Amino acid sequence: MDRRDSLKSLLVGSVAGGLLVTGCAPGSENAEVPEVASNDLPGYGRTEKEKEHDRKVLAQEFLNEHELETIAVLVDIILPSNADFGSASDAGVVDFIDFIVKDMPNNQLPIRGGIAWLDSHSNKLHNKVFKDLTLEEQKAICDTIAYPGKTAPELMAGERFFTRMRNLTMTGYFTSEMGIKDLGYQGNRPGVWDGVPADVLAEHDVDYEPEWLAKCVDQSKRMNIAEWDEEGNLLN
Amino acid sequence: MQIIESSKTYDVAIVGSGAGGGMATKILSEAGFDVAVLEAGPFFDPAKDEDRNQLRWPYESPRRGASSNRRSFGDFDAAYGGWNIEGEPFTNAPGTNFWWFRSRMLGGRTNHWGRISLRFGPLDFKRKSVDGLGDNWPIGYDDVKPYYDKVDKLIGVFGSRENIHNEPDGFFLPPPKPRLHELYYVKGARKAGIPVIPSRLSILTKRINDQRGSCFYCGQCNRACSAYADFSAGTCLIFPAQKNGGKVQIFTEAMVREVTTDKNGKATGVNYINKADRKEYHLKAKVVVMAASACSTARILLNSKSSVHQNGLGNSSGLVGRYLHDSTGASRSAFIPQLMDRKIYNEDGTGGMHVYTPWWLNDKKLDFPRGYHIEVWGGMGMPSYGFGFNPNDLNKVTGGAVGGYGDSLRDDVKRYYGATLGVSGRGESIPQRDNYCEIDNDVVDEWGIPVLKFNYKWTEHEVNQAKHMQDTFEEVLDAAGGILLGDKPGADRDYGLTAPGQIIHEVGTTRMGNDKRESVTNKYNQLHDCENVFVMDAGPFVSQADKNPTWTILALAWRASDYLVEQVKQRNI
Ligand SMILES: Cc1cc2nc3c(=O)[nH]c(=O)nc-3n(C[C@H](O)[C@H](O)[C@H](O)COP(=O)(O)OP(=O)(O)OC[C@H]3O[C@@H](n4cnc5c(N)ncnc54)[C@H](O)[C@@H]3O)c2cc1C
Repeated sequence: MDRRDSLKSLLVGSVAGGLLVTGCAPGSENAEVPEVASNDLPGYGRTEKEKEHDRKVLAQEFLNEHELETIAVLVDIILPSNADFGSASDAGVVDFIDFIVKDMPNNQLPIRGGIAWLDSHSNKLHNKVFKDLTLEEQKAICDTIAYPGKTAPELMAGERFFTRMRNLTMTGYFTSEMGIKDLGYQGNRPGVWDGVPADVLAEHDVDYEPEWLAKCVDQSKRMNIAEWDEEGNLLN
Repeated sequence: MQIIESSKTYDVAIVGSGAGGGMATKILSEAGFDVAVLEAGPFFDPAKDEDRNQLRWPYESPRRGASSNRRSFGDFDAAYGGWNIEGEPFTNAPGTNFWWFRSRMLGGRTNHWGRISLRFGPLDFKRKSVDGLGDNWPIGYDDVKPYYDKVDKLIGVFGSRENIHNEPDGFFLPPPKPRLHELYYVKGARKAGIPVIPSRLSILTKRINDQRGSCFYCGQCNRACSAYADFSAGTCLIFPAQKNGGKVQIFTEAMVREVTTDKNGKATGVNYINKADRKEYHLKAKVVVMAASACSTARILLNSKSSVHQNGLGNSSGLVGRYLHDSTGASRSAFIPQLMDRKIYNEDGTGGMHVYTPWWLNDKKLDFPRGYHIEVWGGMGMPSYGFGFNPNDLNKVTGGAVGGYGDSLRDDVKRYYGATLGVSGRGESIPQRDNYCEIDNDVVDEWGIPVLKFNYKWTEHEVNQAKHMQDTFEEVLDAAGGILLGDKPGADRDYGLTAPGQIIHEVGTTRMGNDKRESVTNKYNQLHDCENVFVMDAGPFVSQADKNPTWTILALAWRASDYLVEQVKQRNI
């Protein structure tokens, strides 16, 4: 396939995908949607077996409402909003964690148990579960379990849980649309790589060797069909 | 239940559609043969939007691209299966820890492979002459060179002409410029006195025909290219064979159980299970080409027992499954303080690395035989599941607090983004008769086919080589200005030597040779015991150089196909 055609079809593909998702949403609120279809995610290159797996996971419930509310509080302490970007829960991290504990069941016991630990610890200190504490009280507890190497032995279970939650929060955020924008990642789009930008090179004590550069592709000729002489020297 | 007979007899049945099967399909169909391709997985075409993994964002996947036991290298990797295939297990003998990577799909593992496309050099075919270990190939570089040349031109590979004796040059497309972390590697290698040259990957930095696009630098070759700008057996061999009017019938979801033979021991076709209806079929063919990958082919041959071939087809030597060997591997990484807080720009580049180090000590006396090459990784890649874990562990190195919470975690992630440089050695092991796969009579897969059991142990040669790798890694990363991460693995961990199979260069299970007591195929990949069966995957490799195997699989499959055509013409088969 021609590169331009295929790029076009890629673009059409992703736009069409996007339309399908949003175009579906308003109608599906009242309309009766067949059970399987309502569980189907927009396609992301799945095999039949993978689709089946996703449907099964999406149909399950694991975390209960209280647990999800506690997670929502915790992930926003771990990653609050700032002037430019929203918080972890704004970026969809609660939904992500809700899914991932079903998809990777080895999270289930540590997260359920961790939340229970956190609640009983707050009950002991303040006679309230964690999510009902003031932000200051919540942070004071986090301070005792958020710094590996500095945790009191009797709070180690809390540290383990907090570390797991921090990992899931950070990865959930930085793999979301908002997080990728925040990070500033510039790729995942068709382009042409023509070397490290000059201003960046100037900041580093490395450089391109002229003999090396001479071997590299001349990007203005990348659409020309390659021709060689009999020795294997590229002619164009 | 009865076996369902095909009414038609094909000229050739090709088992497997990866590198070897794809090449056989192209050459044999273009020679006018009526070809059936049997593939155990589903159809796959990366240009079809339903199959597309390329240019997807992590958030298109609810698990953000994480790996699973359905796709070992993540949701967007173009390998269905991997270390695990549901319903199709394998076993390890006690004391063996062999890893076996399989992709079940049209094109096999060529949809997601690393595209590192290296020719074996003159020394690589004759290593026994140098160090007395293992065996020489019955052919040499000059036999294969014309085919390497043809593969370069047909499929396309970028690289540079370097005139290094055992790293032969080819018909190269020009390489891309190095990325910033790669320039740091170049600096380190220069200081450490280790060569470094542009990498050699089968990715089109220029077009080579009007059917395939040129690379658009998304760095996602492992997801399979919708513009066909890198090599996959489907997009570059099988689809073009069909388009060129070849008689190619593809049977997907067709799990071959055995090669069938007549009372004289000649192959008559294959029996396969159609995964869609779970029924068994017999497909008749005048010639059978085995290209199910080295271990799968051994499995099928060993399961093809008959009164003539009592130990399995092609196994009168008892060597089918033996001399199985994989490349060695070890890795290390470093944090490059100068790369902290770097300016962010799009450096996706091509898939894989733009620079590498070929083996440079052929003339040195070392405490291990053979050698290894060094692959380089790093850079500002697209986040996926796992990105952001331990966001400020590197504070241990720079002197800040580790852990914590709050907005500062954002800065931590950005500060260290793209600031690590990693290196991996990939080396040559010595093939051992006692490293082998065999049929495990106790276990069958869900299709009722007896599975493979692996028996494999590294020798001190491979362990010593890994030790040398670790010393080199330290030297070069240090010279690059890096602060080494993690502990240097010592003798207690075999110097970080990967488990056999993990480098996914398993070869040698049906090795070629001139003596039929010491080999399974002749030097044209044809079974000594059965003239109308050929093996065109990596089974016939006598030794796996410190080069990745696929370019050699392709060249030998082309060579064997030419020979096959000639033999049919001369009515020898
Ligand atoms: C992550 C990764 C990176 C790699 N990188 C490189 C690299 O950079 N350079 C390099 O040279 N090599 C690399 N390789 C190795 C490369 O992929 C293989 O060498 C190559 O694909 C082997 O080709 P093949 O035709 O022998 O087998 P495969 O590509 O494995 O194809 C075999 C096909 O046969 C099918 N099959 C198996 N059993 C049956 C059956 N019973 N019936 C019907 N069909 C069957 C399979 O489903 C499969 O499609 C890499 C591999 C992996 C996994």
